[in-house]
Amino acid sequence: MSIYHTLTPEQFDAIGQELDAIRNREIADLGEKDEKYIRTLIKRQRQLEVAGRGLLMAGFLPPAWLAGVACLSASKILDNMEIGHNVMHGQYDWMGDKNINSRNFDWDNTCTNTAWKHTHNFEHHTFTNVLDKDHDIGYGILRMSDDQEWEPRFVLNPILAVILSTFFQHFVAVQSLKLEDYLIYKTKTKEELKAEFKPTWKKMRKQLFKDYLLFPALAGPFFPFVFAGNVTANLARNLWSSQVIFNGHFPEEVEQFPESVLEDESRGHWYVRQMLGSANFEGGRLMHIMSGNLSFQIEHHLFPDIPAHRYARISPEVKAICEKYGLPYNTGSFMKQSVSVWKRIFKMSLPGKRGGKGKGLMAKVIPLKSESGSTSRQAA
Amino acid sequence: MNATTQTPRRFQQGLQRLLQSRVAGVLSYPHGVDRYLEVLNPLWSTTEVRARVEKIEHLTADSVTVTLQPNTNWQGFIPGQFVQLTVSIDGKRHTRCYSPANSLHRTDGRIELTAKAHANGFVSRYLREQLQEGEVVTLSPAGGEFALPEQRPERVLLISGGSGITPVMSMLRTLCDEGYDGEITFLHYANRAEDMIYADELADIATRHNNVTLLRAFGEGESGGELSGLFCSEHLCSSVPDFAQATTFLCGPPPMMAAVEKVWEEEGLSDRLHKEQFTLATPQLDTSDEAGGEVRFARSETLVANNGSNLLEQAEAAGLTPESGCRMGICYSCTCKKTAGKVRDLRTGEISSGDEEDIQLCVSVPVGTVTLDI
Ligand code: FES
Repeated sequence: MSIYHTLTPEQFDAIGQELDAIRNREIADLGEKDEKYIRTLIKRQRQLEVAGRGLLMAGFLPPAWLAGVACLSASKILDNMEIGHNVMHGQYDWMGDKNINSRNFDWDNTCTNTAWKHTHNFEHHTFTNVLDKDHDIGYGILRMSDDQEWEPRFVLNPILAVILSTFFQHFVAVQSLKLEDYLIYKTKTKEELKAEFKPTWKKMRKQLFKDYLLFPALAGPFFPFVFAGNVTANLARNLWSSQVIFNGHFPEEVEQFPESVLEDESRGHWYVRQMLGSANFEGGRLMHIMSGNLSFQIEHHLFPDIPAHRYARISPEVKAICEKYGLPYNTGSFMKQSVSVWKRIFKMSLPGKRGGKGKGLMAKVIPLKSESGSTSRQAA
Repeated sequence: MNATTQTPRRFQQGLQRLLQSRVAGVLSYPHGVDRYLEVLNPLWSTTEVRARVEKIEHLTADSVTVTLQPNTNWQGFIPGQFVQLTVSIDGKRHTRCYSPANSLHRTDGRIELTAKAHANGFVSRYLREQLQEGEVVTLSPAGGEFALPEQRPERVLLISGGSGITPVMSMLRTLCDEGYDGEITFLHYANRAEDMIYADELADIATRHNNVTLLRAFGEGESGGELSGLFCSEHLCSSVPDFAQATTFLCGPPPMMAAVEKVWEEEGLSDRLHKEQFTLATPQLDTSDEAGGEVRFARSETLVANNGSNLLEQAEAAGLTPESGCRMGICYSCTCKKTAGKVRDLRTGEISSGDEEDIQLCVSVPVGTVTLDI
């Protein structure tokens, strides 16, 4: 049985209070060092991007091409992960800078700011690992949980996962459209889909035009080199970011939840669900930065709006809280977590329940409620 | 203009046009050209006025005078107008209004701002104590109705109190630089002679220009002034008997402004009085009247009495449909701009400043009257 059922309401409250205390302390401490950190990072990203695009112009020379691809891939990864993802979480809104702000920031990615904030900030972070509510469970393409009804198309789970990773930015861009509702479940009409797709298509067009037409054209006769370089950089970013994100929620021990847990969920319950539904991976400082500190996925899910560079410092405290209450703190090497994720992807391609340790939880849940701090909310 | 100054300017204009072009926009999509320019030099921007701090001086014990060199986006100002200065203090941006005190005809194109550091003036204290030469700040274009008319008036009376001296100082310096030959009276109120900003320069101007009369009024019992005590109509009758013929420009603390306005009103001269409200930082609100005041939704022109619940609920109750998601402060869908007033963060209990800033509606409760940009 999941620990979610054995904790007492008092324990949930206590966990809530301990984590709230960490949050308040960090919020009160926000200041110049956070500003410096994000500004420096943005500066590095812009430098890498200019260098990468510049080098690719000389892409007919193999070393320049390789260096160009490396710089541009790093630029896109930084832009999307440690900068874009975190800025759009509102981690730096308090600075009052209109350019580093969840409302205005736009990233080097085909997904729009608005769509991202809806599917990611709202749906995924509020309903983390709640089946039918958190679209990140399989992105409407994959079967990632025992309790997702098996359908014949899921035989292709591993292949679909490779496709999803390869074109990750585009899948993320259209994620808010819930394409499966139109293609498979027929609950959405073509007109609705078209209207919803409009703003996304606008953004996609611009991104594709820039990467695959304008910059290559600037290189004149060397068009193919720049084109190939940009394809490779986008691919590198897609593969890397999708793996980082998969590692955060799909290693085998990570739990998933039925919708009923949401009813009158207290702050403490919410926190515990975030911890049970996330997993970290270990690495050096560079690894953390390149993964947007999603290597601290657990901390990120507890405190999505605290500047991510702070997670490393908070993590021992979170770990200690987990230990104190007997909660798992799921972590391991990048390799270990990736292997675990892919195991799950393969297992889920076959019908029936085949393990995933969260399954105890999906049985009938009687939510344990506590009086204090309960938050009501409605799905949009 | 000779060729040597023309060429760089042409070049600069050409570059500016290139950087603002569509191609540049697409190449730098989605961040925009400015985000790359500022990496090279924080002063560079195709649209924003940014300025480097060239000099910091302290003319009196509690004031600071900052000289700024703006970038080419600065369009100039009319003496009397103000600019909004934005500085970053401990990572957070703060914006305040200041009136440039320099002459319009200053040849080096620099802007001079002077602030008095009040005990609770957060930004002015920062300017005085922490701002460093070489730092880059952001400015708004100049604005405001309080301005020296293009057609210079025949007779000018400038009345100021405390740090309200800056806009009228700009007027005086400009008129003197222009060789203006009408009569100017400069009437200034300060607590003590030591507190008077620009004291030396004013004395110097008055001796060099026959048409300028300097009248200093210091607090009761203080020496060094031509007048003493607070503003009263006797000051005018004794020292500026022809005030009714003058075009008057007034800037100072609210009580002083009120006293002057009253005299002009009684004389039926209100249309000859130009004034700039100069207010001290609003005092800290007592949290006991949190549920009071009203919530103003500026863009939708809706106004409701503050009922003490979170702003998302209040907005929805008022029939508005602001974007929202989690309703618990994590998704930032409901973020919107608060243009005035204070709010309490439901999670930390902290009360915000009264500045313009982004807030999350679902976790913010108004403390008194709040204005939102929705
Ligand atoms: S609705 Fe999600 S932060 Fe306010």
